[in-house]
Amino acid sequence: MATPIRVESLWKRFGEFEAVKDVTFTAEEGSITALLGPSGSGKSTVLRMIAGLEEPTSGQIWMEGEEHTFKTVQERRVGFVFQHYALFRHMTVDQNIAFGLSVRKASKQEQRERVDELLELVQLAPFRDRYPDQLSGGQRQRVALARALAPRPKVLLLDEPFGALDARVRQELRRWLDDLHRELGVTSLLVTHDQDEALELANTIVVMHEGRVEQVGSPSEIYNEPATPFVAGFVGSSSVLHGNVIDGCVQFGEHRVPGADHLTEGEAASAYVRPHDVQVSAANGGVPEAAATVERIVTLGWLSRVALRLGDGQVLMAELPNRELEGIELGARVGVDMRNARAFDARDVASAPDLPEVGEAQ
Amino acid sequence: MSAALREARLSSSIRRRLVHGGLSAAAVLYVGTLVLAPLGGIVWAAVKGGWSTWTSTLSQPDVLHAYLLTGVITGITVVVTGVFGVVVALMLARDRFPGRGIVSAVADLPLAVSPVIVGLMAVLLFGNGGWFEPWFTAHGVQIIYAVPSMVLVTIFISIPFVVREIVPVLQELGVSEEEAARTLGASSFQTFFRVTLKNIRWGLLYGIALSTARAMGEIGAVLIVSSLIQGRTETAPLYIYRAFEQNQDPAGYVVAVTLALVSIVLLAAIEIFKRREEKGLQT
Amino acid sequence: MGTPTLLRPSVPSSRKGAGPRAAVVARAAATRWGLRGTALLYLGLLVALPTVAVVTRGFGSGLVALRDALTTLGGRQALILTIELAGLTAGINVVFGTVLAYVMTRYRFAGRKLLSTIVDIPFAIPTLVTGVMLRALYGPNAPVGGFLLRHGIHVIFAQAGILLALLFVTLPLVVRTVQPVLLELDETEEEAARVLGASRWVTFRKVVLPRIRSGIVAGGLLAFARALGEFGAVVMVAGNLIGKTLTAPVFITELLSQQKPDQAAAFATILFGLSFVLVLVTERLVRVKHREAA
Repeated sequence: MATPIRVESLWKRFGEFEAVKDVTFTAEEGSITALLGPSGSGKSTVLRMIAGLEEPTSGQIWMEGEEHTFKTVQERRVGFVFQHYALFRHMTVDQNIAFGLSVRKASKQEQRERVDELLELVQLAPFRDRYPDQLSGGQRQRVALARALAPRPKVLLLDEPFGALDARVRQELRRWLDDLHRELGVTSLLVTHDQDEALELANTIVVMHEGRVEQVGSPSEIYNEPATPFVAGFVGSSSVLHGNVIDGCVQFGEHRVPGADHLTEGEAASAYVRPHDVQVSAANGGVPEAAATVERIVTLGWLSRVALRLGDGQVLMAELPNRELEGIELGARVGVDMRNARAFDARDVASAPDLPEVGEAQ
Repeated sequence: MSAALREARLSSSIRRRLVHGGLSAAAVLYVGTLVLAPLGGIVWAAVKGGWSTWTSTLSQPDVLHAYLLTGVITGITVVVTGVFGVVVALMLARDRFPGRGIVSAVADLPLAVSPVIVGLMAVLLFGNGGWFEPWFTAHGVQIIYAVPSMVLVTIFISIPFVVREIVPVLQELGVSEEEAARTLGASSFQTFFRVTLKNIRWGLLYGIALSTARAMGEIGAVLIVSSLIQGRTETAPLYIYRAFEQNQDPAGYVVAVTLALVSIVLLAAIEIFKRREEKGLQT
Repeated sequence: MGTPTLLRPSVPSSRKGAGPRAAVVARAAATRWGLRGTALLYLGLLVALPTVAVVTRGFGSGLVALRDALTTLGGRQALILTIELAGLTAGINVVFGTVLAYVMTRYRFAGRKLLSTIVDIPFAIPTLVTGVMLRALYGPNAPVGGFLLRHGIHVIFAQAGILLALLFVTLPLVVRTVQPVLLELDETEEEAARVLGASRWVTFRKVVLPRIRSGIVAGGLLAFARALGEFGAVVMVAGNLIGKTLTAPVFITELLSQQKPDQAAAFATILFGLSFVLVLVTERLVRVKHREAA
């Protein structure tokens, strides 16, 4: 089967530093695959190796059944969109888009038709004679995309394409890219550190950390079934609670949460609990079982984040719609029920990222 | 506002204006006395000789030949240092290899060398007892005390200008546009001519203008390696030198003024290119 | 980092199984070395080789030639005079050059662009023409020169003339070295100091000066190095009196005309070595500053 992109055991060393360690994954025809990870995770390096802008130390790159590991950039015919656009500052929008065609000696007629087509696609026709410094960031990125697509590449590689744009423009362009991809169906590989972006756009997510692949899966798999503590901590927000495995649950003090069936009884373990999986009930006069003290409440629009201090001193974050806040106030003792968690052996948790402080915006 | 406050404000603004004015005046006065006055002096001296001095001097075949030789030597120098300067700059800015610091220092070395020493170098290499002298004499080619050595020394002293201008420009531009061109299928040549060269355009022109001015005015080195053969190995500066040596001051002033005029035109070009370069890097 | 952008080949590698990697690597290396080779050959032949020639000639037979040049032929005085004048030049132009740079960057006034252009004039004018200009203005028969002469002030054929020539050619060096450093310094820092109560002079001394110090030093060193080797302007205004107006570069020409190439080479090596070290130090200063600012 000739998949558009297949990467096998890719390694990249810069002197002593190992930037990419044994990375393997596949991108299916017509899909958007996201390489998601924090900065320094090696995702951009992987993308650049696929493009041919870096040479792998070892490993193989296959595109459409043919080995491309040692082909030059020009031979690979990939489309590449840079984070800072890299538009040719001395050429107009028109000339920028036409570049890939003129370099391959397409006729003037062909160039003009294709440029018209793409200007139409990215909705920038009135700007064709402008120079990059006369455009806004969002417009520049659309030109960069049009330029990359003009020579009909087999795959589209995007290196944090929206990283340099402000939040509102980023949202718009994200939606727009989604529509564009649906229309064109070009296999795309997207590097990003923004998990919302990955979860929204991608069919498959490759989570990377410190040069290695942590997990490959669909957005819902990544979110609901994180395979490693890193993925559990990096994607979505979680509270990490430490305890021991008792009866297939992780127990800490009076509290227990299911989800530890796969771990050894008695071992130290950590549970990653999502704020929306925590049910909080007001005392209503009685002293609840498995109680916690409300330490902080932050209201954000229609929901509130509640920081709960558990019996053994650990802190748990819960998210509730405001209408369920009755009886839950600062200092109150409330009942806490954790429905679901991902549990990991305590030793595996060592290398996971630090979670933000209680109450901090995610 | 109380009267006291108003007075304080006035006196502080007066003080500020005095300081501004004082500093600016000092600066302008210094530049005027040091730079402009001599320019005025030379124009006066040249004009003093009268129109006839001008016509008689500028119609002498020796003078015309001197201009021609200056033009030819400058032209060759500019082309050579321009082309190779870009090659060296590309290597310094884009390539990584050990000893880069040394190469950079060597490219800057001509700036530190007195032109007289450059002439000495040529004599030691091509003159009597020089390293290369036997080979050239055997082939009947006259290097020293002839035009070829004048060209060589002029190239030597002009080397740093283009390199020093382009390296920082290349570094500031970064590689992303060039990488983008490659992903779009451009070969190294195409990338260089269609993207890189366009982007360093003004820096390159600025460097070329500077090296033109420098080459045109070269005197120390060419004095040593030419033999001051009137009408044959005399550049315009050499003509001026000889004119004053032989007490033909008026003719010397005339040619000096013409050179000064050409330099002013070059200066205008230099300023324009410099401003364009700065503007280009702002995007 | 990978091989540099412009040095990768674009020829398709088609051979499989015969070590495709080796073929591509070989071609990349060929292009890269082609570029390097050209650059290194150019610099090696034109710059490195002549330099080596001077040093070997001057010190081929040990220090004899150098001692000769310095002691018996008047070289020592020439060297001392040159260093003194160069030092004075650097000192004066560092002060005025910094003032100029400050005025040109911080103040707005009509003619600022013109001033900037005038400061660059010495970059464009041939040095010999500079000497001619000074002669025209300060020579014994000239308006200003004649006036000064009547009051006992010699300019042409005296050290004052040499100094003026050196000040002229080194001015833009100082200004253009200090200016970029000054531009990097945000004006808001000075404003903050003044809000906190510092007077303009104190602000300059405590906020501005420490930051532009490296630029000032670099400019001064460059001016010094340039002044050491200046020939064209000096030869027109000096008189070649040993110990009085004979500078080092002019001295070298005299040695050559006396058919003493070894002594000339030895002396030249000293002079050139001094300048080269200064230029290297300057480069370091400027580069460090840029890295800090980045």
